[in-house]
Amino acid sequence: MSILVSKATRVITQGITGNSGLFHSQQCRAYAAECQPGVDVFVGGVTPGKGGTTVDGFPVFNSVIEAREKTGANTSMIFVPPPFCADAILEAADAGMDLIVAITEGIPVMDMLRVRRGLEKSSSRLIGPNCPGVITPGVAKIGIMPGYIHKPGTIGIISKSGTLTYEAAWQLGRVGLGQSTAVGIGGDPINGTNYIELLKMFQDDPGTEGILVIGEIGGSAEQAAAEYIRSHVTKPVAGFIAGQTAPPGKRMGHAGAIISGGGGTAAEKMAALRAAGVVVSDSPGGMGAAMKQAMQR
Amino acid sequence: MKIHEYQGKQLFRAAGVAVPQGIVAKTPDEAARAFETLGGTIAVVKSQIHAGGRGKGCFKEHPQQRGVVLVRSAEEARQNAERMLGSTLVTIQTGEEGKQVNTLFVEQGLKIARELYLGIVVDREVGGPVLIMSSEGGMEIEEVAKHSPEKILAEPFDAVAGLYPYQARKLAYALGLDATAVRSAEKFLPQICRFFVNYDCSMTEINPLIITEDGQMLALDAKVTFDDNALFRHKDVVALRDLAEEDPAEVRAADTGLSYVKLNGNIGCLVNGAGLAMSTMDLIKLHGGEPANFLDVGGGANEEQVTEAFRIILADKNVKAVLVNIFGGIMRCDIIVSALLNAYEKVGFNVPLVVRLEGTNVEKAREMLQASGRAIISASDLTDAAQKVVAALNA
Repeated sequence: MSILVSKATRVITQGITGNSGLFHSQQCRAYAAECQPGVDVFVGGVTPGKGGTTVDGFPVFNSVIEAREKTGANTSMIFVPPPFCADAILEAADAGMDLIVAITEGIPVMDMLRVRRGLEKSSSRLIGPNCPGVITPGVAKIGIMPGYIHKPGTIGIISKSGTLTYEAAWQLGRVGLGQSTAVGIGGDPINGTNYIELLKMFQDDPGTEGILVIGEIGGSAEQAAAEYIRSHVTKPVAGFIAGQTAPPGKRMGHAGAIISGGGGTAAEKMAALRAAGVVVSDSPGGMGAAMKQAMQR
Repeated sequence: MKIHEYQGKQLFRAAGVAVPQGIVAKTPDEAARAFETLGGTIAVVKSQIHAGGRGKGCFKEHPQQRGVVLVRSAEEARQNAERMLGSTLVTIQTGEEGKQVNTLFVEQGLKIARELYLGIVVDREVGGPVLIMSSEGGMEIEEVAKHSPEKILAEPFDAVAGLYPYQARKLAYALGLDATAVRSAEKFLPQICRFFVNYDCSMTEINPLIITEDGQMLALDAKVTFDDNALFRHKDVVALRDLAEEDPAEVRAADTGLSYVKLNGNIGCLVNGAGLAMSTMDLIKLHGGEPANFLDVGGGANEEQVTEAFRIILADKNVKAVLVNIFGGIMRCDIIVSALLNAYEKVGFNVPLVVRLEGTNVEKAREMLQASGRAIISASDLTDAAQKVVAALNA
């Protein structure tokens, strides 16, 4: 079992005719073909104005609605450039996609506020933006993460960061733990899905036995997650927060990774998680060990 | 991106947000002329740097001279400007090195009845912008939040609809403004909220926001920060960028597509991915070292970027050792190593270099490092890398 991505997942790529859109669609298709031989999981793409053509075997459509009608897709992976990405997300929601995974980095915050408002009356779930995507190892990956690092297993990962998630998955592998699903929620201040919603999904997923939460400085989403874990999560949870040494007032790569007004520090997030019973690793080198320790408690 | 107070006020004025009359001066003569043009009996001469705390700040070259001064004549304006222009202003926000003042803003003196605080930010948890006000104008808002949080009023508003007049009145009454000032606030507050949204700001702060003796609400200060990701649709804002206010290494990094933040330690780091880059700094600190920088070369670092990254790191005289931490995902480790080796050759290393690689094609990459014959220290995992770089520093 898993969350978000299952054998029923059928994906189209918005922005499939761009370089990274096509490259990652090919990578995702190859991974899915290995996991589910003979099944087409990545069924096409959308680029307005290029409908009716094909790129490397992917049919291209003018709109998400048309793509859904012709392919039966229920999920969209988005690589549309930042100035047009909010519009692309809203189009996917309007077309009734169950899951929208926005990889694009650099969407203006005001655009995301409008997206969030637009999604209020929609049943679509948005993951990201500015994220590596979602992978259910052994089933499919929707995003830019390397598939082979992730082994099938029972740990759910929720993370704001890309390469740090790869690092975590690799460390889990070294202590013999695979993942049910790994989700990158993205490093932007405003995103589609937060820790709490995913914690609830992992808590309810029979295929998940433990959860690894990876956070960063900035905002208070991790503190809210800690509160939720304390009151609602019975499965073992381990955690790590990046940015213990980050100076205040400086954006650390991700748009959301900034300590402002003295709030959003790693120390307060780590303390909140610990107070909720989470095994928190001080070192990024100890994420795998912390998860193992949590599982043995 | 940040801009100067005078630039913020120009944008405010154009957006219908009330500001005092003011004139930019780049020479002492211009400052004196500005005083005359304003035509009042008093004026305020204000240093234009991006850091706050200017009023209490002093100049390195003239310890008695403050960064913001009240003057009563054109001659007084000139004399102050002479001491301020070209001198280095040190405030609580500039650090010891201070900032050179190249521009002054001469503003009309006003009869002030009350000083308030106004700030607008995007609240991540609310998922929208929020207007923050306080009766404690002129104070650091963080201090007010700590000591008298009941004095802080927060009013979330809709980014599309803007701040409604009733919300402006609600705040004005809560701040105890009189009837004339309430009417002024009813106009001022929705305008400044509209400005925040229209200009894609990440922060707008007016401290103090004043009520004049005749009941008008005016922005006496203007601290505006823009969302870098939205600058593509604000060419007028981009034109206001002052490179002299930014760290040259950070500017150079940004131009190459790198994300770099200078810190005060002596171990340089080069990492792919922001989260892993932050974690690498933490790791160094945890093992007794001090990181010299944050540097994210991004997911698809090419040779040019890695070379430039090394140049930027080594240009920092404090750097005594370098740690490279790469988790090759889609990006293959062997490609990164070939970029690394070429960069190593081009840049010329005179400090120890520790490299930790993991991910796609790592075996081949390690062999390439070995075969290169370079004095590169190889590490097997994060902890090993941190221990080795700290040891190399102390060797």
